[in-house]
Amino acid sequence: MAFKNRDVISINDFSKEDLLHILKAAKSMEKSRPNLLKGKILATLFFEPSTRTRLSFIYAMESLGGKVLGFDDTKQSSLQKGESLWDTAKIVEKYSDIMVIRHPVEGSARLMAESSSKPVINAGDGANQHPTQTLLDLYTIQKVKGTLNNLNIGMVGDLKYGRTVHSLTNALSHFNPTFYFIAPEALQMPQNYLEELRQKNIKFVKEENLMKVSNKLDILYVTRIQKERFPDPVEYEKYKGYYKLDESLLKNIKNDLKIMHPLPRVDEINKKLDSTKHAVYFEQAANGIPVRKALLALALGKIK
Amino acid sequence: MKKEVSISAIKEGTVIDHIPSNVTLKVAEILNLDDVAGIISIATNLPSKKMAKKGIVKIGDKLLTQDEVNKIAVIAPDATVNIIENYNVKRKLKVLLPDIIEKIVKCSNPNCITNNEKAETRFYVLNKTPLKLKCHYCERAMNKEDIVLL
Ligand SMILES: [Zn+2]
Repeated sequence: MAFKNRDVISINDFSKEDLLHILKAAKSMEKSRPNLLKGKILATLFFEPSTRTRLSFIYAMESLGGKVLGFDDTKQSSLQKGESLWDTAKIVEKYSDIMVIRHPVEGSARLMAESSSKPVINAGDGANQHPTQTLLDLYTIQKVKGTLNNLNIGMVGDLKYGRTVHSLTNALSHFNPTFYFIAPEALQMPQNYLEELRQKNIKFVKEENLMKVSNKLDILYVTRIQKERFPDPVEYEKYKGYYKLDESLLKNIKNDLKIMHPLPRVDEINKKLDSTKHAVYFEQAANGIPVRKALLALALGKIK
Repeated sequence: MKKEVSISAIKEGTVIDHIPSNVTLKVAEILNLDDVAGIISIATNLPSKKMAKKGIVKIGDKLLTQDEVNKIAVIAPDATVNIIENYNVKRKLKVLLPDIIEKIVKCSNPNCITNNEKAETRFYVLNKTPLKLKCHYCERAMNKEDIVLL
């Protein structure tokens, strides 16, 4: 499928070939292309703050020679005064060639993409999707392991409410993984995701104790247990700090295990692990740049 | 053949029978009959052998297409549809669940954009029996018991 003018709303919109194509494009963006998007304007619409994601998009656009218009101060702008997202997209498309939106309501990016004649990139719609995060996760795995195929992928933390692990599970399902879902039962991967894996004949193991499976893993993806995702604060108190990775983990892992985390972290990963060869989470965050560059350039038709 | 009830027969048109009585008006609404020129009769709370109480919608001078009939699948999957020509049943149509359901169903996720801004709902049918739908916008799956009509 052609990428020019294509929206980036959900990781589920992309086939295996699409995903590999984007990752290849991201790799080509590792070298400097200072004039590639000259004359193009990106509008950033952040209805909730996410400094890292926003800066990453701004940096990607500007280092390709493009300009950025921010509509981010939503408290003061008309964006907050009851204007519909549908109308907002119609207005912003007049000022820009492409837009990035982050909004707490699920499905908001899809709706704006349907309204806008310009391509729309979803930078997070509530608990639903954050496809550029998933793509940079895939890019990181491919980069540090040399392949996406046949890996043993561990995911630990909040697998019930964690948007990133849900999307990553869907995306990795194209590449014959074996999943290790490490969480207490109350925070385990939701049934509908497990059901999908069964239908696709993908192997998975549910386990509460990380140390029991840690030596099997090629990748360990750690997530934060996020207070705001819990409907019940008592429940949150019970599980916060449930997993804290430190040097004791190193005794029972493969030599080439790589540890990932979407950041920001609280106390899930001890800083002492940062300097080990296993930690790739800062590299992972930096990989957002070539991935977002590639998506901007593809959608604007400047690379194929 | 003994008729269960008699509401006036029609010469040309469509008769939808065996509608669950409580959704009869909804069926008429979904079919969007505003532009129909012929006589439309709607009856509810009729006695039925097959079900507790049923409804019937008769639409004069309008032959529904299969696609139109399929729109009522979510609320009246067991309805029977007869196409009438010259007072005779010319064809019978089955109600078939479409792959995409538009406008009829409400998303059960309160944080979905369709519940926060005027946007027409759209669902993909993941499974027919039991019915399971996926929202086009928030991508949540919805089971039969969570399905609410708009
Ligand atoms: Zn929805």
